[in-house]
Amino acid sequence: MIVIQDVVKYFSGHRAVDHCSFEIAEGSITGLIGPNGAGKTTLFNIIAGFLQPDAGKVFLRGRDVTGFPPHRLFHLGLMRTFQIPHVFGRMTVLENLMVVPAHQGGENLVVSWLAWGRVRDQEKAIREKAEKVLDFLEITHLRDELAGNLSGGQKKLLELGRTMMTEPDVILLDEPGAGVNRTLLGKLSADIQRLNREHGYTFCVIEHDMDLIARLCDPIVVMAQGKVMVEGTMDQIRRDPEVLDAYLGGATEPAAEAQP
Amino acid sequence: MEITGLLSYGVFFATLAGIYAVLALGLNVQWGHTGLFNIGVAAFFAIGAYASAIFTTAPSDMHMGGFGMPFLIGIVAAMVCSGVIALLVGLITLNLRSDYLAIATIGIAEIIRLFLKNEGWLTNGVRGIPGIPKPLSGVIEGADELLFLGVVLAAMLVVYLALERGYRSPWGRVLRAVRENEDATRAAGKNILSFRLQGFVLGSMIMGLGGALYAHFTTFISPEAFDPMFATFLVWVMLIAGGSGNNRGAILGAFVIWAVWSGTEILTGMLPETMVTQAGALRVLLIGVLLQVILLLRPQGILPEKAPEVRGGMDGDTEKARGAGRGPSE
Repeated sequence: MIVIQDVVKYFSGHRAVDHCSFEIAEGSITGLIGPNGAGKTTLFNIIAGFLQPDAGKVFLRGRDVTGFPPHRLFHLGLMRTFQIPHVFGRMTVLENLMVVPAHQGGENLVVSWLAWGRVRDQEKAIREKAEKVLDFLEITHLRDELAGNLSGGQKKLLELGRTMMTEPDVILLDEPGAGVNRTLLGKLSADIQRLNREHGYTFCVIEHDMDLIARLCDPIVVMAQGKVMVEGTMDQIRRDPEVLDAYLGGATEPAAEAQP
Repeated sequence: MEITGLLSYGVFFATLAGIYAVLALGLNVQWGHTGLFNIGVAAFFAIGAYASAIFTTAPSDMHMGGFGMPFLIGIVAAMVCSGVIALLVGLITLNLRSDYLAIATIGIAEIIRLFLKNEGWLTNGVRGIPGIPKPLSGVIEGADELLFLGVVLAAMLVVYLALERGYRSPWGRVLRAVRENEDATRAAGKNILSFRLQGFVLGSMIMGLGGALYAHFTTFISPEAFDPMFATFLVWVMLIAGGSGNNRGAILGAFVIWAVWSGTEILTGMLPETMVTQAGALRVLLIGVLLQVILLLRPQGILPEKAPEVRGGMDGDTEKARGAGRGPSE
């Protein structure tokens, strides 16, 4: 589905991603783990078009999409969430969801002026979809709340809800579990699995919660200092001495958090 | 006598306030909805005024044209000229971050003002363009001003209705999303440059319309009329006082601030001759202080922005959901 080929990204001399190559197989839930500053989020930003790589290529379904802007990648079937939740603060939760669907005729101002009836019908369908998503995430009571007033965990859920407003091929989830309570997290991972099995969505998940990773992901890619260190199943990774050393408790140099 | 004087002052006041309301509505699309920091309102106001003046005045040696076209053609020309220039300016500047956009718009406004002042072949320079026709004059004896007020209010209403519909549409929703968070809007597949351009161009076209109305109202324009103090700063105060993001707020703000502004003019007019000049500066200060007070006490304006309710068959659960939603935190 997505092939990352020898991607390099510098931040003023610091090599955040260093000749990184791996593949997110179609239909997989690929886990991406590694210590802080390993370059996971930077790599996500490159895949999703928010950053340009200094070298290397990204392929989506065999097509070279390196340097494509994010909105174009969205229309090619890629959706992402952010590590720090990005919500539309002075818009209601419902509106936050309703922004997302593609091909809304009413996004053309002239259509909205002249064909209000059609726009209203479309709005109704989108609203119903959004309400289903709210229902699913159990935040229906927040429907008309301004998104800026939500708690951190609720914002995280709302972001996840936004990915559910489209039918993407690949979803990049950047720490979906951070700040979400345990019960909901269980539900969340069950749903990711369901979307994966029944709808064939491909996922790539950055996560620090090893339980969640173990439950969901196969394969798992371990990154450290901008490189792929190991790739394999959870068992393979758990036995890998390098991973044990670098990630699961060992001596690493204190890498600075490389956020753009 | 007293009554007719008062009445004609009222008409004069309302006409100018209505023109300012149009400008504030234009700025509301840019700042209130899309989050574009345009401090060059005066430029688009002036372009609209000059375009309409050149198109509608009788042929003259002093400036380009005039082409003697009807009022409505002048209005269209004003909006097209402002829109085209906004498009060019926008293509260059809208990729900039908001603070840089603000700086760029100040610069561009100043360039346009100097251009209008110095390019005599086009604008007659500092001497200005006289003899701009007033529409509907002479249709009803002695009611020219009143009829023109009607034209201004009608234009304001049309702009208001068009913008309200835009605001409540998916189009307006994307504009607000761009304002709130650009990255998330891009991740949701929207081409934010395109939407920012649309907001900028539409807002500037409305400012151009305001300029055209102004030109036909005063029947004479010169570069002095488009001083940033009146044409940019005052419009910003109106929008912020009225309620940025709220179209009704923009209109209300225009009328309230224009009332304060004209009211102080009447007051300073009563002062002895020697103090009038100083008092003029004091009015500007007063508006500045008023803006500070509003920002401190009611930053959201008199009529704050309200998220539009979503159309299409609300159900009874909504109210229950609203009630339950009071406590946003977990």
